[in-house]
Amino acid sequence: MTTETADLNRLATPPTFQSVSTGRKIKNGIATGLVWLAFAVAIVPLVWVLYTVVQRGLPVVLDPDWWQKSLSGLLSRQQGGGVYHAIYGTLVQGIVCGLLSVPIGLFVAIYLVEYGGRSKLSRATTFMVDILTGVPSIVAALFVYTLWITTFGFGRSGFAVSLALVLLMVPVIVRTTEEMLKIVPDELREASYALGIPKWKTIVKIVIPTALSGILTGVMLALARVMGETAPVLVLAAYAPFINYNLFDGPMASLPLLMATERNNPTQAGFERIWGAAITLVLIITLFNLLATVISRWLAPKTK
Amino acid sequence: MAKRIDVKDLNLYYGKFHAVDGVSLAVPPKNVTAFIGPSGCGKSTVLRSLNRMHEVATGARVEGKVLLDGEDIYASTVDPVQVRRTIGMVFQRPNPFPTMSIRDNVVAGLKLAGERNKKKLDEVAERSLRGANLWNEVKDRLDRPGGGLSGGQQQRLCIARAIAVQPDVLLMDEPCSALDPISTLAIEDLITELKKEYTIVIVTHNMQQAARVSDQTAFFNLLGVGQPGRLIEVDDTEKIFSNPSQKATEDYISGRFG
Repeated sequence: MTTETADLNRLATPPTFQSVSTGRKIKNGIATGLVWLAFAVAIVPLVWVLYTVVQRGLPVVLDPDWWQKSLSGLLSRQQGGGVYHAIYGTLVQGIVCGLLSVPIGLFVAIYLVEYGGRSKLSRATTFMVDILTGVPSIVAALFVYTLWITTFGFGRSGFAVSLALVLLMVPVIVRTTEEMLKIVPDELREASYALGIPKWKTIVKIVIPTALSGILTGVMLALARVMGETAPVLVLAAYAPFINYNLFDGPMASLPLLMATERNNPTQAGFERIWGAAITLVLIITLFNLLATVISRWLAPKTK
Repeated sequence: MAKRIDVKDLNLYYGKFHAVDGVSLAVPPKNVTAFIGPSGCGKSTVLRSLNRMHEVATGARVEGKVLLDGEDIYASTVDPVQVRRTIGMVFQRPNPFPTMSIRDNVVAGLKLAGERNKKKLDEVAERSLRGANLWNEVKDRLDRPGGGLSGGQQQRLCIARAIAVQPDVLLMDEPCSALDPISTLAIEDLITELKKEYTIVIVTHNMQQAARVSDQTAFFNLLGVGQPGRLIEVDDTEKIFSNPSQKATEDYISGRFG
């Protein structure tokens, strides 16, 4: 009896809240499905690539010789040997590129954020950096070939590779550093000015330290990116199966170059070297990324 | 040494926008002057022009004179960095340097000016933190980051940082607007304390606060949207709040306006 009276009451005033309508449930289901599908589409190739590289490359790199020997004196079909000459090349070319790019990129970004404002030079620079970001690596390589080798008459060398990598790395560093400097609140700059600290010192001692962890992450990621570039090494450095410590002269191997060279080697030895070099490159880049994470955690502004 | 400020016919611009029109007022030494008025009336802009922070914004321009004990801080031979070292500032939102410890925050001004003597820096840190009534709360964690303190503590840290460089004048731009009533009370007590040594100018939206802490009050207003802000009147705080000479001031204070 009481339920009946309650029902009557409800009819008089319909409830404010209803359950989720069927239409919305369906739309929600479709959207959820699409999100998961996109996730799967993105993750499947990644896992697949990693699996293939690890499966084929891991046995090769587990041999200590891989890290300690070069391919000097080995026939192309002979198994064994190592790639420390190529690891050396990749690391040195990458690090020299970083040493050249970081100061340039950092100073350009500081100019753009702290001094340039909306001036013509600043806008022109931003425009140029945008264009440079989109330059394909082969174009950068050919440009360095024309300038450094054809015009100035230097030989092909590891350093020429570094120069081409600089062209690719500088815009990335400018962009990330710019973003990092921009998110440093103006309040910190003002607080510093109000203490009678000059602008340059404010930038060096307050702004850059605050943004440092982000800047370093950007540098590390950019470095990891350029170390895998293949076009510059193909165009600007001749391959050598032996170690060459001289960055400025003579053929110098690097991991991408070694892979490109061994691709013409149809034997089992060539197959092993390609996958071994692939996993080595992935490992080096992972190491750099991990390093970037650790350093940026260590440098990040703390609250506790 | 506390110094007096004389503002003479000050006009302030942001690009083409005329933000403040013809302000003249005098701030005596060892005295608290409060700037009150509705939002956008230019009181913060005037405050920022007193230590040449106004010109930090792009396109900002200053006309007129600001005299610190008779010396024009806008004279062409004057280094703005020195002006800011002499006239310190505390901002609306606490802004400790996030990469620095509590101690380093306090002595940042000295350290970045080249002071290396650790003993002296420690002394200044302690004296400034005591001056800002923060010493007892942080003395055991001076090496912790300044960002870990509460909002009110951070603001007192910023005051300690500002007084560590021993300015002659302290400017405060709504220093309590982001704080709870207890922290506000702590800062107000501190202002009364600091008045013994410093000339203080404070911008506030809180009229009770102006009445509580200041000796003299300046009321700013603007006639309409897009019009420059003006100084309506400046007088002893008691007079402004009991018997102002301008109708606009009375309306504002009694809440019939803005």
